[in-house]
Amino acid sequence: MRRTERARTAVRLTAPRSTVSNHSRPISRGFQGRRTDPEDRHRVPPGQYVTRDFPVLSAGPTPHVSLVEWTFSMRVGDRPLGKWNWAEFQDLTQTRAAVDIHCVTKWSKLDTVWEGVTIDALLKAAGLDAAPTPYALAHSDGGYSTNVPTKDLAGKAMIATRFADAPLSAAHGGPARLLVPHLYFWKSAKWVRSIEFITADRPGFWESLGYHIYGDPWHEQRYSGD
Amino acid sequence: MGRLRWQTVSVESIEPLGRRAKVVHLRAPDWPGHLPGQHVDVRLTASDGYQAQRSYSVASAPHELRLSLAVECVAGGEVSPYLTTEVRPGDVFELRGPIGGYFVWDAAPGGLLFMCAGGSGVAPFMAVLEHRERVARGLPTTLLYSARSPEDAMFAARVDALARDDPALDVVWTYTREAPQAWKGYARRIDAAILRETAPPPDDRLLIYVCGPTSFVEGIATTLVELGYGPSSIRTERFGPSAE
Repeated sequence: MRRTERARTAVRLTAPRSTVSNHSRPISRGFQGRRTDPEDRHRVPPGQYVTRDFPVLSAGPTPHVSLVEWTFSMRVGDRPLGKWNWAEFQDLTQTRAAVDIHCVTKWSKLDTVWEGVTIDALLKAAGLDAAPTPYALAHSDGGYSTNVPTKDLAGKAMIATRFADAPLSAAHGGPARLLVPHLYFWKSAKWVRSIEFITADRPGFWESLGYHIYGDPWHEQRYSGD
Repeated sequence: MGRLRWQTVSVESIEPLGRRAKVVHLRAPDWPGHLPGQHVDVRLTASDGYQAQRSYSVASAPHELRLSLAVECVAGGEVSPYLTTEVRPGDVFELRGPIGGYFVWDAAPGGLLFMCAGGSGVAPFMAVLEHRERVARGLPTTLLYSARSPEDAMFAARVDALARDDPALDVVWTYTREAPQAWKGYARRIDAAILRETAPPPDDRLLIYVCGPTSFVEGIATTLVELGYGPSSIRTERFGPSAE
């Protein structure tokens, strides 16, 4: 029996006010800019702009996997915690979330609606009350991976299979992508197939290529060292 | 890698690039250097302190003294109209980089190179071609470049000059809207037949780069995989629709 819950999983933070004086910043003569709608301003992290589009960014070709072959699994080291095929995954408790997302390439998209299975629900289905380690690595088709502390998964993340009331398209990460909306969107790994729980933090794909290890948009943690 | 710091750069000159783009040449005395394929973040500050950031590909090669950005004007955009119509020599703004460690080309491993550009997606490949000209002349290389028309093509004269000078560099054009009179080349969007005729056969030493609008990159990358090219040999960079 499929159950749909309404939930707002994203914690909405208030943008930290800039304390840096603009006097040191060079003025770009003649630049006016397009200000964010004042109503949305507290929802848009520094350096971001709001778009209604949903741009696609990925490092290589889009993998196309059939739902018959698709599985999702979790493990700690070599020890499997749980594995679900597509039908079994659909039988898990489905949660709906309306969240804002923020891409490191500067666009933010407000009020996006997703459905899927929360990490909490997956852990529960695997017989666990909480994540077994402090860190996790999400692994995807196409060799992509990303690291996330498990405290950022608990109560905040899901494996999403639907976007805007339709199945998630392959270009946007379907059949399933990780959704960790409070971090930059590269952390919401497309084409996710497994989560590996790890004891010590380990950089994933983009994190090994100059992007920030954690990626908090409210602190503008775009690149290594930010 | 150390922190990427914002640095102030000044506009040295601006040149038209096709019909809707400009190349902005910058004086960037603190630039740490880059690899072909990398990009930068640009930050503009209005007189009231409001700031906006966007990313642009670096079109200049690592050895060039000035840093050149290719900017296509996006209708309704915030930063690209400024950089393509308002900016003048001597204007200043901030920039940081280089950014991106995957869509980069390093001459050292050798091999074969196949690049597929759509519109302003040719910008990072100019950095590759200029760098290749300096350090890897003779490396078997193909650039397949899709432009709307000859007037929209960017860097066309330079690309053709590089190809004339090096028989190992093959440049193939296709025009999707308007081809020149008596044009005998391709005059359609890149499809499986064009890729079969222009791309080197699948080879472990072949590296493929595809850069352009999302639908262009999605279509070509998917077709290349269907034609038997390994997904891990294909690197993509997608623009937009709002990646202005």
